[in-house]
Amino acid sequence: MAISESDVLAGLAEIVAEETGIDAAEVESAKSFTDDLDIDSLSMMTIVTLAEEKFDVRIPDEEVKNLVTVGDAVAYIANNS
Amino acid sequence: MTAMKTTRGPEFARMMGLGVARGENIVTNDDVAGPINSSDEWIRQRTGISTRVRANADTSVLDLAERASREAIANAGIESSQIDTVIVSTITYPRITPGLSPRLADLIGATPAAAWDISAACAGYCYAIGQADALVRSGQSTYVLVVGAEKMSDFIDPEDRTISFLLGDAAGAVVIGPSDSPAIGPTIWGSDGSGAELITETASWLEVRDGAAFPTLRQEGPTVYKWASFQMGPVALRAVEAAGLTPDDIRAFIPHQANMRIIDQMIKQIGFPDSVVVGRDIADSGNTSAASIPLATERLYRDGLVKSGDYALQIGFGAGLVYAAQVVVLP
Repeated sequence: MAISESDVLAGLAEIVAEETGIDAAEVESAKSFTDDLDIDSLSMMTIVTLAEEKFDVRIPDEEVKNLVTVGDAVAYIANNS
Repeated sequence: MTAMKTTRGPEFARMMGLGVARGENIVTNDDVAGPINSSDEWIRQRTGISTRVRANADTSVLDLAERASREAIANAGIESSQIDTVIVSTITYPRITPGLSPRLADLIGATPAAAWDISAACAGYCYAIGQADALVRSGQSTYVLVVGAEKMSDFIDPEDRTISFLLGDAAGAVVIGPSDSPAIGPTIWGSDGSGAELITETASWLEVRDGAAFPTLRQEGPTVYKWASFQMGPVALRAVEAAGLTPDDIRAFIPHQANMRIIDQMIKQIGFPDSVVVGRDIADSGNTSAASIPLATERLYRDGLVKSGDYALQIGFGAGLVYAAQVVVLP
């Protein structure tokens, strides 16, 4: 069963908060992982791996570079879980 | 027909003595940051490395291997002439043939020991210990000298932002011999060649013959990070289980020193109790490939965090992709 984008955003925000210490409320769809949230490529891989486990979705490594904003990741997960 | 004979060995093998040799020079982050347009802060945050050790231009990988080997043999309390097998893991010996091991065996006075090199990159030390354990227990060998020796600085590109700035030069050696009690657990090892391009050199020797530049190392850092951080923890745990132990029994976790953030993530994945001390020599020595685990082990001794008889869980992983883990009793 597909999961709603709002549920994905909430779950993803929890993961980002745990990995980086950023307040979950700051993890908004329009924000860039790199430019706005200051998340580097290694932390991004951790977030991706934890999201794969949480949402039972496969996010190929070559896809990660396309997930520029939080919204990009939310849409990818919602569409592929 | 007469039945042929085979060897039978002692029931157990153990690590008898450790030796290390670090490159003579301390290279700071500021020393390597310029060509990669980086900074001390970026490198520390990204890798946990403050300095790496690199050898003099006229120090060879064989020199490093010899220094570490002599120390290991002395610490094992045996004579070089008693070494009957020499296994060297290296990816930076600059000849395809002959291998480094026969030269090393001869230099230290171990001729006519059986001697061969293995290519298992950053997993090579644990691969070779797995081999040595089996050789001793089968009766094929009595005293095996295992060496991880690398002069990584011969194969780096100062402008490469993927791996070169991590790398250091060093050798680590250990003598494996017979034991009265269990002291090397089963080796959990494996490979995944579908990831062969994730850590590799820029050209093969045939491509160099045809005009390519001298080969240097490259890696797909984030993908390697993900593999190591999340897939190697379960391998390490399998090694603990195979030895009939639990994480609570382990005194020291000594992973390959690839990146401090990989080490931190592995610890999180495995869920060690606070009583476990962790090898973190990468901060000062950098990533020295097959030498990194013995270096980190030596550092734990020097810092007074481990002692002879402690259980250590060691795991190597790297280019191949290859990996190997085992629990050992520290010598």
